[in-house]
Amino acid sequence: MKVRILVSFKDSVLDPQGQTVKNALHTLGYRSVKEARQGKVFELDLDKVSEEEARKLVPEIARKVLANPIIEKYTWQIIQEE
Amino acid sequence: MKFGVVMLPGSNCDRDTFHVLKNVIGCDTVFLWHKDHDLQGVDAVVLPGGFSYGDYLRSGAIARFSPLMQEVKAFARRGGHVLGICNGFQILLELGLLPGAMLRNKALKFLCQFVHVRIENDRTDFTRAGKKGQVLNIPIAHFDGNYYAPDKVIEDIRANKQIVFRYCDADGKVTDEANVNGSMDGIAGLMNARGNVMGLMPHPERASEALLGSEDGQVIFRSLIEVLEHKGRKTR
Repeated sequence: MKVRILVSFKDSVLDPQGQTVKNALHTLGYRSVKEARQGKVFELDLDKVSEEEARKLVPEIARKVLANPIIEKYTWQIIQEE
Repeated sequence: MKFGVVMLPGSNCDRDTFHVLKNVIGCDTVFLWHKDHDLQGVDAVVLPGGFSYGDYLRSGAIARFSPLMQEVKAFARRGGHVLGICNGFQILLELGLLPGAMLRNKALKFLCQFVHVRIENDRTDFTRAGKKGQVLNIPIAHFDGNYYAPDKVIEDIRANKQIVFRYCDADGKVTDEANVNGSMDGIAGLMNARGNVMGLMPHPERASEALLGSEDGQVIFRSLIEVLEHKGRKTR
């Protein structure tokens, strides 16, 4: 099973890289871009893991390793079934 | 007393730190290898600067899983003294031995320059050889030194006097301009509530010899030696 985890800064945390991207987009004339946030994408290929097990495993991995809960939040989804 | 300097893959200030402790200050010092579980009976552990594990994922994020760091964590929990410099500070945050996290510098630039920091608290094991308000001239070299913590945590560390150093100008004034990386409250150095673990972004080991432009960094090492030698005499 393949899962995709998206880690990004919490809304309360300033994201200077996202702001720089937004400014660049404005410079290029994309004035409709109100906000830009930058994050990280992880794809994990899990071996012999049921959907139920993944629901336990992936948040654990995200909390423990992939995201720093002080500054970051995460979402995840299954992108390919077993 | 004996210092241990941790060597992680990607540490690049380990030898400088070892040199200052051993040859400049004249203290018994050993290297601690990241794969070992042995702290070799050291009285204090120094986590040096560098780019441990390539700073992959987040600065300091992978280092915390190394075998040696489990021992360092236990050592700190027993009250052992741990000093984290730059990447070492980032590792202490990731390990949860210090509160908060590091963000990218506010200007999104790697900063490599001398800065001034002010001693905010001289009643710590890391600053007792200095004076409150004393301005130190010490270089920084980092990309992720923009200290962040939730407001509640900032309140707590202020109330507990855990802020050890703040960025300031040459006259000791804490200003936005002097806060080069954008850290909350201008925090350059921070200790835990118990006072045995401190992290700071500036590199005291690069400012411990007149030949290199400043000896101000020595105050941190000398403070620690004072405390630990006193402790050693008491337990003997």
